Amino acid sequence: MNPVRKRRLIVVSLIMLAVGVAAALTVFALQQNMTYLYSPSEVEAGHAPMHARFRLGGVVKEGSIHRVPGTLTTDFTVTDRFHDMRVQYTGILPDLFREGQSVITTGRMQNGQFNASEVLAKHDETYMPKEVADAIAKAKAAGRAGTRDRGPGTGTGVANSHGSDGSEQ
Amino acid sequence: MIPELGQLALILALLLSALQCVLPIVGAWRDNRPLMATARSLAVGQFVFVAIAFGILTCAFLVQDFSVAYVAQNSNLQLPWWYRFPAVWGAHEGSLLLWVFILDVWTLAVAALGGKLPERFHARVLGVLGFIAFGFLLFSLTTSNPFARVIPAPPDGADLNPVLQDPGLIMHPPVLYMGYVGFSVAFAFAIAALLGGELKSHWVRWSRPWTNVAWGFLSAGIVAGSWWAYSELGWGGWWFWDPVENASFMPWLVGAALIHAQAVTDKRGGLRAWTLLLAIFAFSLSLLGTFLVRSGVLTSVHSFAADPKRGVFILGFLAAVVGGSLLLYALRAPKVAGGKPFALASRETLILIGNLMLTVAAATVLLGTLYPLVGEALNIGRISVGAPYFGFLFMLLMTPLVLALPFAPLSRWGKADLALWKRAALRIVGLSLLAGIIGWMLGARGFLPLLGVTAATYVLSGTAIYAIKRWKEAPRGKRYPLELFGMLCAHVGVGVFIAGAILTRSLSIEQDVALSPGQTAHVGAYDFKFDGVAETQGPNWLAQQGTVEVSKNGETIVTLHPQKRTYPRGQVQTEASIHPGVFRDLYVSLGDPLGNGNWALRVYDKPFVRWIWAGGLLMMLGGFCAAADKRFRLRREAAETETSAVPVRAIEQNA
Repeated sequence: MNPVRKRRLIVVSLIMLAVGVAAALTVFALQQNMTYLYSPSEVEAGHAPMHARFRLGGVVKEGSIHRVPGTLTTDFTVTDRFHDMRVQYTGILPDLFREGQSVITTGRMQNGQFNASEVLAKHDETYMPKEVADAIAKAKAAGRAGTRDRGPGTGTGVANSHGSDGSEQ
Repeated sequence: MIPELGQLALILALLLSALQCVLPIVGAWRDNRPLMATARSLAVGQFVFVAIAFGILTCAFLVQDFSVAYVAQNSNLQLPWWYRFPAVWGAHEGSLLLWVFILDVWTLAVAALGGKLPERFHARVLGVLGFIAFGFLLFSLTTSNPFARVIPAPPDGADLNPVLQDPGLIMHPPVLYMGYVGFSVAFAFAIAALLGGELKSHWVRWSRPWTNVAWGFLSAGIVAGSWWAYSELGWGGWWFWDPVENASFMPWLVGAALIHAQAVTDKRGGLRAWTLLLAIFAFSLSLLGTFLVRSGVLTSVHSFAADPKRGVFILGFLAAVVGGSLLLYALRAPKVAGGKPFALASRETLILIGNLMLTVAAATVLLGTLYPLVGEALNIGRISVGAPYFGFLFMLLMTPLVLALPFAPLSRWGKADLALWKRAALRIVGLSLLAGIIGWMLGARGFLPLLGVTAATYVLSGTAIYAIKRWKEAPRGKRYPLELFGMLCAHVGVGVFIAGAILTRSLSIEQDVALSPGQTAHVGAYDFKFDGVAETQGPNWLAQQGTVEVSKNGETIVTLHPQKRTYPRGQVQTEASIHPGVFRDLYVSLGDPLGNGNWALRVYDKPFVRWIWAGGLLMMLGGFCAAADKRFRLRREAAETETSAVPVRAIEQNA
């Protein structure tokens, strides 16, 4: 083999090797670390995994925050205004965590409640994460189609949540 | 009236940039000297008008002209004057103007310092820069005008996001943008070379100092951002693999690869096409980063409220730049292949390994960052990719790079010298093991701390061995030219960074505790005594200020005062209190009040965390030093004889 060909072969095989290894590992790492976001309604409907980690998005329900005295454990309810999900978290909550504020929590289901290991609230208090807005819109659509018994009150519930976001300014 | 002048200045700058992108390139194509000569005056004119616009916006903030919508949204009467400067780039419109302004600073530098470049080449470079400025000025004027009025003017403005009211923010965006935008120069050089069909690779030497300086600034900007996140966000972390952090990190990775590929092309003539491609990628990733941050498609700490029109514009511009330059590359690059052959165990191979790892790492970061968007587009669901994905792959990809790093300077260009490798390997591995044993005796137990110590020593000792070799072999006065000194500096920075990153990760102690006044928390070897919370006041905030006395073995080390600030509009911002040290930081931040004077506190003991930023700053210094080497200073004669820049002769040849 002449030197040019030899060099090309080396370069090409190095690239192939790197790409192959990287592709395999990337797929593996992605599968391990991907988490999906669900709204309380989707969890209620059984779409969320029962034993794996996932993210729960929604609005912190007014009047639902309860601290266990003397500890860092907090209970609160995340709602999409159709279904509620009880969440428990131990640790320090973000600055912007408050009632009526949209949050994304990461964790898993335990005994019918969501055990969160991380709670995120946005840094800009007027801003609702797109994921949460979508989840609420989706729950709203599902609510209209499915749970007719809740009636017209449901629409205003969502509007209220936006209103309370805005009124904090 | 004055803000309208700012807008007028922007419109004039837009017109000048349109001329700057057309006239010089046509001039270079038709060999028309007067047309080519317009490039410099157009660049200067454009700079002047953008600077006027930027100055006017800054003035509007200083005098608090709330009739300007952007000022009204991001400032108020209580905002201290020193935070009115960063408020200029604290939100979308202003940060875009800063982008353009910094692009013009770079363009001005190229116009002023590149006078000795061949005329046609220089004209083309300025033309490409003019095109980029045109795109961004058009974007600014059509979708995000910073001078838009709000009539009637509100009596007081809203506020600058409290997260941004920190000294770190004054530095972070301008320095980061200097790096981000600086890659546009390397890009413009590459495109100019492709346009001109430069068969030789002299352009690479001309563009090297620019790449190094841009990369140095980008390193500094990332360090500033990381330090800001650590001290301001109150989470005690220094890197979160947040989409916007990734957006700045990808060009950095490709930029590091580009610096090394340019060295190979400059010295050996090899990897020419690869160097061109990297220059295109580095800037494309900068643009992609701008798209990710400014369009609001990804939710992150940095993204401002989304406006779909903006996203579409940047995406279109991105497609034009990336698509156009890759098409040009496909048409022209096959001609530029060449270079001297090299043996398997040569310096070229090692640099190539490093290049591959850096670019593959950038690709995996890109995949992880864009995956949620892909998931959403394909309706798979709303996915987020966790930090462990990035951390795991990055560690894995950097392992071969770190293993190869000390050997690259020690190897020879083109030829294998296995005996040299063997001698060096024995010493490096020996020293690393020794450091591991010493680390173990000093108390570094467990796999990760020992890995940190040995890996850092591996890089540092390898670099030291090369420095000593150089001292012995090179004649006095030529031992450490600046280019080589810069390389040593940056490589030492890698070693220091590795030590900081791995040791901080493995030795940190982080605890959330609930304390009542007078109670003490034991964290690691330290006692944190909580002395309650009192009210205090700043220029535009009220705060709950805690007092925490930190002691070790009964001896008081420091008293920390973490705060929870409340700003005029009710926004709450946690201010951590940090006792910095070379070997460890002690870090306390206030959580929530738990009633009865009890508070939740976040208490950290962070060993070696400063080494992370020290490493980054050493890399920055390396980039700057290397750029200052006299090898890169242009000599007119040399430049002219290399290409057909002498106009008379060029015309004769063409005729």
